[in-house]
Amino acid sequence: MNTLIIISVLPIIILYLGLYKAKKALLPVTIIGLLTALGFACAQWGNEPAPTFSGMLQFNNFSIAFSALTIVSTILILLLSKDYFERISDHVAEYYAVILFSLAGVIVMLSYHNLTMLFIGIEIMSVSLYILAGIKKNDFASNEAALKYFLMGAFSTGFLLFGIALIYGASGSFDLTDIRNWILMNPRHIDPLFYTGILLMIVGLCFKIGAAPFHFWTPDVYEGSPTLITAFMSTVVKTAGIAAFLRLFSTCFNPISSFWVPTLLIITMLTLFIGNITALYQQSFKRMLAFSSISHAGYLLFAIVALNSSSANAVLTYATAYSIASIIAFGVLILVRQQAGTDNFTAFDGLAKKNPFLAFTLTVAMLSLAGIPLTAGFIGKFFMFSGALSQYQVALVIIAVINAIISIYYYFRVIVAMYFNAAEPAEVAVPPYYTFVLGFSALATIVIGVYPVLVSGLI
Amino acid sequence: MTVIILLFLPLLGALATLLFKGGTAKNVALLFAVAEFAIALVFLSKFIPDATSQFGVNWAWIERYGIHFKAGIDGISMVLVLLTTLLIPIIILSTFKHDYKNPNAFYALVLFMQAGLLLVFTALDGFLFYVGWEAALIPIYFICTLWGGGDRVRINLKFFIYTFAGSLFMLLGIIYLYTQNPARTFDLHDFYALHLSAHQQSFIFWAFFLAFAIKMPVFPFHTWQPDTYTEAPSAGTMLLSGIMLKMGIYGVIRWLIPISPLGFSQWGPTAIVLAVIGIVYASLIAFNQKDGKRLIAYSSIAHVGLIAAGIFAWDIQGIQGAMIQMLNHGINVVGLFFIMDIISRRLNTRDIDALGGIAKVAPKFAIAFLIIVLGTVALPLTNGFIGEFLLLYGVYQYDIFLSAVAGLTIILGAVYMLRMYKKVMHGEGNALTALFTDITGYERVVLGIICALILIIGVYPQCILHLSEASVRDLIEQVNHKKLISVK
Repeated sequence: MNTLIIISVLPIIILYLGLYKAKKALLPVTIIGLLTALGFACAQWGNEPAPTFSGMLQFNNFSIAFSALTIVSTILILLLSKDYFERISDHVAEYYAVILFSLAGVIVMLSYHNLTMLFIGIEIMSVSLYILAGIKKNDFASNEAALKYFLMGAFSTGFLLFGIALIYGASGSFDLTDIRNWILMNPRHIDPLFYTGILLMIVGLCFKIGAAPFHFWTPDVYEGSPTLITAFMSTVVKTAGIAAFLRLFSTCFNPISSFWVPTLLIITMLTLFIGNITALYQQSFKRMLAFSSISHAGYLLFAIVALNSSSANAVLTYATAYSIASIIAFGVLILVRQQAGTDNFTAFDGLAKKNPFLAFTLTVAMLSLAGIPLTAGFIGKFFMFSGALSQYQVALVIIAVINAIISIYYYFRVIVAMYFNAAEPAEVAVPPYYTFVLGFSALATIVIGVYPVLVSGLI
Repeated sequence: MTVIILLFLPLLGALATLLFKGGTAKNVALLFAVAEFAIALVFLSKFIPDATSQFGVNWAWIERYGIHFKAGIDGISMVLVLLTTLLIPIIILSTFKHDYKNPNAFYALVLFMQAGLLLVFTALDGFLFYVGWEAALIPIYFICTLWGGGDRVRINLKFFIYTFAGSLFMLLGIIYLYTQNPARTFDLHDFYALHLSAHQQSFIFWAFFLAFAIKMPVFPFHTWQPDTYTEAPSAGTMLLSGIMLKMGIYGVIRWLIPISPLGFSQWGPTAIVLAVIGIVYASLIAFNQKDGKRLIAYSSIAHVGLIAAGIFAWDIQGIQGAMIQMLNHGINVVGLFFIMDIISRRLNTRDIDALGGIAKVAPKFAIAFLIIVLGTVALPLTNGFIGEFLLLYGVYQYDIFLSAVAGLTIILGAVYMLRMYKKVMHGEGNALTALFTDITGYERVVLGIICALILIIGVYPQCILHLSEASVRDLIEQVNHKKLISVK
């Protein structure tokens, strides 16, 4: 709870700092603030308190684990932003502030115990993201991304709100426990309105995590937004979306899973195929990452399709693996783009000779995203597959395996470009912050891959 | 003293090798590889050749999912541990004349791969087995692609996707077994004890068989192999053919058949027929090869086909034959690829038709080459003889007709190998082959060791056979018992 307060107050302090032109203090203050928030979150570990604020929020271990993940991801992304925003515009403080506001929305999404809070959390997060997507004011692609994201986002929020309203109409409550109890009390007399409400909520949430067929905004928004914002969207926002999704379905709609599982099953399969097959044909690395993030949304949905006691743990592991690998990928992309001037795969030609460190970290990230053993990504996939098989979703797992094989092709394309394609010799400078973030993330990927209990034993 | 030392020393070696730039890297790598072999010999001296698993280790790894770091060595593993630890120093030594770029990375990858291979051969936990399986694949992909020739990027991507596809289906099978296991572990012996329906066992059979068949490779899953072998650097080819393909064979013996005996009864005949088709098919193609390395690649498919057939016959002779032949094939094929490497390094060609008369200018080389070729074509008193004899005997007990067809390998193999030998070593020399110089220094050491092993195992095969006999008998017993129970 203190976490949420700190993260809400922090951006206001940052705005004041911006007002008094204390540019040098922005990053340190933000990082220290976030670390404090992280510390407060961890201090509450294991308390399992009852819902607070009249049952609006509940900071249980689930919330704390995911909050910690999103805060750490945000810190890593902000460390990469040293000198990045200065190049885009003069109003640097606003970027930090808006990202932090978005993070505050994320924390609400991770700890809601009432559907209104879910809606408010999603809105705080999304409105901030609309601004962030369009932050390059004079850039055509960035403006396009912001407009597209806003229009589509507004639509999906409409669906979500409509769904919440119908569920309220049927069950008479916004509270997660009350709704669950209502389902358990009236197992045979559930109103069709309630089912419609669930479907509409699935539409709204699938939009937020970028699952097919509600993914059409992802490639353009990811490509048009500034790369760091894309990194934020594809890691923190996606993690928050899937965690909110899981919280809703595991606490609330679990008793009537026979209704929504078939729907989600089809969405998952579609997401896997559309994400992977489209990623095969991309020439731009950034766009490839956008499509691959769609397919990862598919793997994350496994946990909800095969809901069981280990689902939260599987999602946490998978989201951790995916987030740190994505941060590496986007971080390297920023540096490579600065040198080569393009997002295409050709920009990575011969990177192993230009800078072996960057090439190595990106290789670790790609192997992790592809799910090769001894990286965190494999452990994530392994948990997802185990969960699905334990719920007898054999067909789904076979489809996922086929997709994992397809994904090798486009992830290895980068590795091949870095190590085996010739390029003119050039220097790629790596600022010290980048060395830290990339090195830390690569190390974390391998450590979690070898000893997953660090993450998987948490919840 | 546990198997842990054996598993972690190569990893340590890989890290140490990375630190040494330039020429010293290979010496460091060799040092570690020899030390590893010495440790394997210590294990061998303490090894009691019965059916038990020895030098075991069992650590909790991911407790929540019942995953343990559980490994041990029984007779079957012992032979393969010997194979791996013996061949790696030979392979490293065989590269000493090569000037690889970034030698530290190259040798570190070789040692890393050794750790993966040893993990596969000793793991007693399904999850651990899978991790070792992939840990061996990643380094060889980089070795072949970074230091290979020709169209290596495309070829090796195909190789990687092919084998990764197979292993993912195996992973599916392993997780499926876990979900069926009431004890909720990945322990191999729990998997053995499972009672699955015939239908489930068929599913498991195919999930595992795909992975193993691609790795070996068995016809029709072999299409990645000739290109990959030809374009890989010679050390990579030796690793692939000498050790890596044994992962598939070992997997069939240790995992596939004992876990799904009913699946095996149902689909074993299909598998054995595929293996025999592969023998004849690969032998016929080997006839027409001009490129020496490619010829050996196809001959390797034929020999592995025979090993696979012997295993799927599933009797004591067949499996014991497979055990000793795995070791022999490893030694012989490394020898052959080294011979090809020497020729191509000196004369810059592997085209058999362009060669001739080398025996006159390089008599020592000629003798070594001859011994290796004779070992490969299974002449009595060479190592290949006992292996192929047992394998054919095993297949014969299974089906006379199949054994007759499989027996063609010996005849066909003799024809194309000896024809190659004749073309390369005898006949009229030409301006190119006159430049050939005889083997020197470390080349003599490598070929000397290989020839000595061929003759020693040929004369006294019991030294290897007795290691695995008890374990193999025990395994056959278990499978037959399980089949009997399910028939009732």
